[in-house]
Parts: sequence; structure tokens; C-alpha cells
Amino acid sequence: MTAPLLQVKDLKVHFPVRTGGVVIGRYQALRAVDGVSFDLAPGETLGIVGESGCGKTTLGRAVLQLLPVTSGAVTWLGQEMTGLGAAAVKAAREHMQIVFQDPLASLDPRMTAGDIIAEPLRNYHPELSRAEVTRRVGELMEQVGLLPAMVNRYPHEFSGGQCQRIGIARAMILKPKLVICDEPVSALDVSVRAQVVNLLKDLQKTFGLAMLFISHDLAVVRHISDRVLVLYLGKAMELATRESLYQAPRHPYTRALMSAVPIPDPVKERAKPRIILAGDLPSPLDPPSGCVFRTRCPKATAVCAAKEPVRETSAHGHDVWCHHWRE
Amino acid sequence: MALLDVRNLTVRFDTPDGEVQAVSDLSFTMEKGECLGIVGESGSGKSQTFMAAMGLLADNGRATGDVLFGGANLLTAGEKQLNAIRGNKAAMVFQDHMTSLTPHMKVGRQMAEVLVRHRGLSAAAARDAAIAMLKRVQIPDPERRAAMYPHELSGGLRQRVMIAMSLLCHPELLIADEPTTALDVTVQALILDLIREVKEQDRTSVILITHDLGVVAGLADRVAVMYAGRIVELGDVAQIFAAPQHPYTQGLLACTPRLDDVGKVLKTISGQPPNLQRLPPGCAFAPRCPFKIAACAERPPLRPAAGGGLKACARDDIASINRAAS
Repeated sequence: MTAPLLQVKDLKVHFPVRTGGVVIGRYQALRAVDGVSFDLAPGETLGIVGESGCGKTTLGRAVLQLLPVTSGAVTWLGQEMTGLGAAAVKAAREHMQIVFQDPLASLDPRMTAGDIIAEPLRNYHPELSRAEVTRRVGELMEQVGLLPAMVNRYPHEFSGGQCQRIGIARAMILKPKLVICDEPVSALDVSVRAQVVNLLKDLQKTFGLAMLFISHDLAVVRHISDRVLVLYLGKAMELATRESLYQAPRHPYTRALMSAVPIPDPVKERAKPRIILAGDLPSPLDPPSGCVFRTRCPKATAVCAAKEPVRETSAHGHDVWCHHWRE
Repeated sequence: MALLDVRNLTVRFDTPDGEVQAVSDLSFTMEKGECLGIVGESGSGKSQTFMAAMGLLADNGRATGDVLFGGANLLTAGEKQLNAIRGNKAAMVFQDHMTSLTPHMKVGRQMAEVLVRHRGLSAAAARDAAIAMLKRVQIPDPERRAAMYPHELSGGLRQRVMIAMSLLCHPELLIADEPTTALDVTVQALILDLIREVKEQDRTSVILITHDLGVVAGLADRVAVMYAGRIVELGDVAQIFAAPQHPYTQGLLACTPRLDDVGKVLKTISGQPPNLQRLPPGCAFAPRCPFKIAACAERPPLRPAAGGGLKACARDDIASINRAAS
């Protein structure tokens, strides 16, 4: 196996949250990401899935050092990122870019499409001539399916799908090694979503990109990922190759999640068995003891409350954090 | 007689950029006890059709045509008559569970208000009925929840409260506009179960508006697919999914990633959803349609199609072309 591009080890991101009264308040730690580890190889796509509040967005941002990391390590090409100075972080970010969920809100409304796409290039390579920047922008616009003639238009003149293409072009212009896609297709209409998913897959092949593909949509993640990490309440539940995870999910949470995804086929959808999760998501301010999923888990026993599950690896290299995954 | 009979409904909005026709000459009927799925992308007119039917259009909107429900024409009914129907015989559940509840009123009180107004119950009796309904929609600890404000509840619970509120007067028609779009999948599954139960046990007719084909697959009896303000295909749920007749329906199904199979490449529909202010003459889907012919320059009427449904497409040979291609 090639050396990993990115190594995340026991990463924790806790936010201080003021609770209690107005006068006598106190600060509690909101455990958004609580001890997550994974490796990412060059050219690989890791899907990160989970429901709202599971910490998937925080995880993506912490990798980019866009948020203060509480503890743990993020190693980029052998270099430890946490605790680096601003200049060193900036230098590393040339090779790690991000695409956001809301296509219109993540573009500056007062900049033209061309300026938006060129901005990272001007930032990192001020030595490039104006003509060279224009040439590269035009080339990339074509690659992401935008007409280069639209270079002087403003974001509001584009549709949602086109805005997302601009966001993708901005992330690609530096030819990064890693792109973090945070729900890149969730805000798009069904017919446009497929176009953007295919575009990301094409770009990945062309540029040999690695991707962290963060999404709540298990069907899209299945389509695009090589491996998938399932998060719940800031903790990893299961990490496996796509085939292994979707064909034989081991963790009770992954199974429940998959059984809840509607299938666009009336016969299958009405016949499929469903695992119902009881109750609500617990508060990340006060997570359950032991396994965080135990309060809603159909398989929970006394050991789940007493002991936090550690990583266990199946014969197929399938990592599970569960006391009962063999059952 | 049909429960709901919509005839030639057209909805227009005056905007600073000129008039926009969001719904064009739409007609369909719905029988008692059935669930009609309305599928479409943003701007297809799926929500505005029912906002118009319920007299809830924005100030710059106007609706023409007829919406017949329970012997009344909802488009010509006065505010008083509408108020007697809305929340009573016909209730609506909206997508945004945060802004659709009154933030400064406890959940139990805003639910009770419905019964006091429509049924003339006393405050105490209405409160008891509200709590019973919260229990019915499986909200744990309903007495305590009734004394909470909307912001104290999770999204899934708020959506349950909205459904409970809509069911208080045992409506004949429940209109659910993207009821699960803002929710996580595990919560979505529970809400859809709840709607299914209401439909099966109370024989409530349900209109389910959604962009998610998976959601209609599980719940709807019939499905109407909308594009650019018109129905392009209408049929039985089994037929729509097994043998879609309109190229747009076919495209939507092919480009939806599915959990149960890994196609190598996702099929796509080329181009962008239409701009309602610049619709082409003729078929609105033609610019994106792989089967476009000269006849598409003229708008195709909604007409009987193979399989017993209706379609608005000029061609009848698409199924055989698809068979030959696959």
C-alpha cells in the first residue's frame, strides 16, 4: 500500500458551550468529534456518512485546520498539521481544498465567476501573468462543464448546479491532492445532482484526486466512495470498503440507517424489512456512557453501558466499534 | 364524486421581472382514501398548486380555474368559508417544521386552539384531545411535551406535532408538502410510517408532495410527475416505476442513485431545470429530451398512454427505442 496522504488519529474537536443560568453559567464541552481515526491514500475517496449532528462537517473542517482541534493528530504528507503556524497551514492548504454545500452562499456575490475561480491561483501564485490565469480559468471552466464565455457573469446569474460547478472549479484550480466535499450535491435538484456526482468522479480520475465525501445520503456515497466511514455522535461506528459495508453492514447503526433509506421501487420499498430506532439523538453535551449508540440500539446490553467499544477488525478488513457485531 | 377535482388550474405571479406562470392549466381528480404522490423538481409548480388550492398564495399570486372540494369551489370561496375548511376538512403539513409552528405558544395550546375554533370545544377538553393526539402520533411523554415550546423539541418531534395538529379535526384530505425533506433518514422513516397509518386506519386521503422518488414509492397509490408547471405523466405507482412513459420520468428514475444497486455511471438528464420566464413554445422538456422530434415544437396534451396512465408526450415509440438500446 502507498503511504497515506492524510492520517487522522484520535481527533477530538470539542466546543465550549455555556449552559445553565444567565448569571451563574458554566462551560461544558460539546463533543462534536470525539476520537476519530482514519487514513486516506492518494486518489482514494472516503465517504463520511451520518445523520445531522454526528460531526461529519466538523471533521472535514478540522482536517483543513479551519477549526481549533482539541486533541489528536492530523498528519498531512508526513507533516503534523495541528499546532502549525498560520503560514505553514496556508502552504499546506494549497493541496487541500473544499467544496461547500450551499452553492450560492459559498460564492462572493460581488465577484465574477472568473474571479472566483482564479482567486486561489492569484493567492498562491501571484507570479503568474494575467493571460496565464485567464487561460487556466477558461480551461478549467470547460472541464467542469461551464461555458468559458460565462467568465464575466456573477453568481446570481447562474443556476444552483452551475454555481456548484463554479465552486468545484475554484477547488480544482490549484490541482490539489485532496478535496473535501461537504454535502456538495444535497442542495441540488435530482436531475442536476447526477451531473455533479459524475463530474466529481471524472475530475477525480483526471487529476488523481483524493476526496473526503461528506454526505447524509447513503445512496450517493455508495456511488462515489472507495471506503466509507459511518459516524454517530462524534464517534466512528464502522469503517469499511464500499462493497463490504453496503453488502454486509456489521454495526447495528449502519444497518438501521440503511434500512431507512427509501428505494425508488414500490415493490422493493414496500417489502423491505426495517429496523426502527427508538428515541431521539442524545445531546453531545452529555453523551451516553460506554457506547454512544446504546440508548437507541436494538442490541444494547449491560456491557454497552459499562464499556466503550474498541475497534475490532473482521476477516475482510472491516472495522467495527461494537460489542455485539459478531451476532 | 371525486374528493378533490382540480380543473384547469393556472397560477400566475407578478414579479419585478414580469409575470411568471408557475402552474399551467392543471387538471386532475382524486378519490377518497387514496394517496396521490406529486413529484417534481424545484420550480415544477408542485407546491404552488396546493398553496393555490388552499388559498395560501403570496400576495402577488393569482389563481384561475376550479378547485372543487366537498361541494365548494376553493378558488372562489370567501375567507370565512376557507377558514371553515382549512385545518378542519383539509389540513396541510409543511416542510419547514421550525417556522410553521408559532414560536411563542406552547405546543399543547396551539393544538387546542384548532379544536376550540373548529369544533367549539372547551379549553380543557381541547387540551385533553390534543394530548391524546400527541400520544396517537407516538410522541413519548405527551403531557410534558404539550407544555413545551416548539424550539424545545427536536425536528422529528416538531414534524410529529405538525402532523398531530393537522389530524385533530380528522380531515378528509391531508396535504403533506415535503414533510420529511428536512429530516434525517431514520426520522423520515418514522414520519412516513405515521402518514401510512393515518391513510390506512382513518381512510384519510393524502397528497404527498416530494422531490424524492423513494418516498412516493413507499406510500403513493398514484403518482403525478410535474415539470415546468404541468403534469407530464400521471399513473398508477407500480406502472410509473416499472414502465415510465414520459422521457422526463424515465430520466428522473435513471439519474436517482439507489442504495440497492451500483450502476457504473449514473445516467443524467442534460441541461438545467427550466426557467419559467423563458419557457420554449411547445413541450417544456424538449430542450433536455433525448427523443425530441419536430412535433415537440407544439405542446403535447395530456393523453392516455400505454399501461393505463396519462402522459404529455408527442411520441409513442419511446419504450421500443429504450428496449432496443438496452
